[in-house]
Amino acid sequence: MSHVTLDFRLNGTGRTELIAGGETLLSLLRHRLDTTSIKQGCRQGTCGSCTVIVDGEPRLACITLAATCDGCTIETAESLPGPGGLHPLQQAFMDHFAAQCGFCTTGMLMAAKALLAANPSPTREDVVDAISGNICRCTGYQPIIEAVLAAAGAGPSGAGQPGGSRPGVV
Amino acid sequence: MEFRKDLFANERDDDLNEVGRPTQRQDAQGHVTGRSRFFDDYALPGMLHMKFARSPHHHARVRSLDTREAAQMPGVVRILTSEDVPKKVHTLLILLDLGPDDEPPLAFDKVRYRGEPVAAVIAESESAAAAAAAKVRVDYEPLPAVFDVEEALAPGAPLVNEYHGRNWYDYNGYDFRKIRFGDVERGFREADHVVEERYQMSPIEHAPTETGGCIAAPDTAGRYVCYTNTQALFFSLETAARILDLPSNRLHFVGGTVGGGFGGKVDSVHEPLALLGAMLTQRPVRSAYSRAEEMQVSSPRGAERFYVKDGVMDDGRIVARYARIYFDAGAYSRLSPYGAVKAAAHMPGPYYIPNVWVDARCVYTNRTPSSAMRGFGVTGADFALEVQMDKLARLVGMDPMEFRIFNAYRDGDMKAHRRVTKNAALIECVQAAARIADWPLSERFQAMSSTRDGGGERGVIPPAPAPGPGPGKGASGRRVPPAGAEAAATTARPPAPADAPTVASPARSPLAGRGRMSSLLGTRRR
Repeated sequence: MSHVTLDFRLNGTGRTELIAGGETLLSLLRHRLDTTSIKQGCRQGTCGSCTVIVDGEPRLACITLAATCDGCTIETAESLPGPGGLHPLQQAFMDHFAAQCGFCTTGMLMAAKALLAANPSPTREDVVDAISGNICRCTGYQPIIEAVLAAAGAGPSGAGQPGGSRPGVV
Repeated sequence: MEFRKDLFANERDDDLNEVGRPTQRQDAQGHVTGRSRFFDDYALPGMLHMKFARSPHHHARVRSLDTREAAQMPGVVRILTSEDVPKKVHTLLILLDLGPDDEPPLAFDKVRYRGEPVAAVIAESESAAAAAAAKVRVDYEPLPAVFDVEEALAPGAPLVNEYHGRNWYDYNGYDFRKIRFGDVERGFREADHVVEERYQMSPIEHAPTETGGCIAAPDTAGRYVCYTNTQALFFSLETAARILDLPSNRLHFVGGTVGGGFGGKVDSVHEPLALLGAMLTQRPVRSAYSRAEEMQVSSPRGAERFYVKDGVMDDGRIVARYARIYFDAGAYSRLSPYGAVKAAAHMPGPYYIPNVWVDARCVYTNRTPSSAMRGFGVTGADFALEVQMDKLARLVGMDPMEFRIFNAYRDGDMKAHRRVTKNAALIECVQAAARIADWPLSERFQAMSSTRDGGGERGVIPPAPAPGPGPGKGASGRRVPPAGAEAAATTARPPAPADAPTVASPARSPLAGRGRMSSLLGTRRR
């Protein structure tokens, strides 16, 4: 199989990697560059656990050929915390019990980050639409939707309120 | 969330520091930062990958197994067959002293469900292992298969699992788990209405976002480490130790971070073989289900079938329940014999019923082995008996909430499995649910309480009826001979499903027409 050279930025750092023609972005980032926040749940583009942001757009790393990302800027959950601590989305996910088993969480966060970057004041329907490609088998989605709305400042309760307004978070 | 301390005042302390207050999960920060380490995040240098050659047949004899071509495939390091497994046949519940061993980690003489593994290929990459697994040649002789619990119990059904010698689990010499309380036949005779219905659960797959798997690797001093997403770390460790015939202190299991389980990650199918691969290659070995394998091969919920026959009075009292449960274990026991026990114990529900008869059978079929799944046994029993409660309420013209309050057991009541009810709160829970849902309850039922009107006559074990055949007519309750007594065993089948209950409902109420539901519903679908 022929190999090509790939130049890209991963979480703010410039990278040059030699990749096989058929290599997926999931394989490159998770298996070779140890970006383990990217989870592989199905490897067929159906669960969303491997969602990353490529040039601002949410993408499923398992069905994205690495070769198509030449010159791209790629963000994973590793890039979320800032110098001051957790990203507001991360804090909101904690406060609203939006992470249960944790396996879908990083993919959900990246889908949500892409949404808020494009639409800082989403409606509930916007949030539902943005995470519709991400499967969560634990939470029933409502805590996740509440967390994203809270992080956007559009929810019934702001981020940083432990427990939020949901009666069932204990 | 509402905490009704008044209902459980004698049960709880008021100086608790955590209960009733929101608190942060200790793993939440790891989850939102992606730093929680799932088993697959422990990829090790030199790690090999294991994939399985699986049966395309539901039931077949294995005439021969040829791994020579597979062994020549690129990247293949080692191929495991049953010959390599120290303990060739095992069962999970042996850790609870519930035998017999009935499942080979790798099949040899027979395959009993579609997808059963017959060989494990260990290779340098997952794709190389999968490509080589496709080259394992197995000469199968297909056998007749059975997929329905009642068909599996019928005379002449194909024998699924030879280690049981029959298509049902033997509970200490009995062909089912049973509950006997009071006199159900008399209960049916005295009932104003008798209703029998059939309820069927589906074999639901847990579908966790993280598929089941593990990474096993040689450690120092002859020990082996296993990073796994099992839901039952020590149970899996002990299971692996037994299958590998190793002292358990040679194994170090690391886990606790599970990407969704719901009962689907307790079967310990990956750990023993990945460890065996690590022992034989002296390299790390990863074994994990693909999404397709997770859906097709991993244990689902058992396809439980319930027949529930109830006698009810015009005033709403349930006076008798006769339940037959068929718990579909699939081809192997795994945890199903335990699930069937739970179903039997749960069948009276949280209701006071003075006459109860339950037969719960754990049945083997050529379906994917079922196992734990979210209250297995209990969930199915609840589905059956609560739908039944709605039907009974409708039959006697009562509100379904009030009907449940009326029949709920109360403090002091004797349950069918001979435990006295303590700290009952079903009445109060239904009252609270009705209030929240704006569901009107009449004053009579709003005034009822779990702490009143229980016990007394309801608190004693009723006398058993004179020995007789019971509502199943015939062989119900018959003791079966121990396995091995083949000649006798053939005559000791459990009651055939075609056995209709003996009791016809007496037509002696204004609702007699509906009372005949018994004969209508009791004889169909058989």
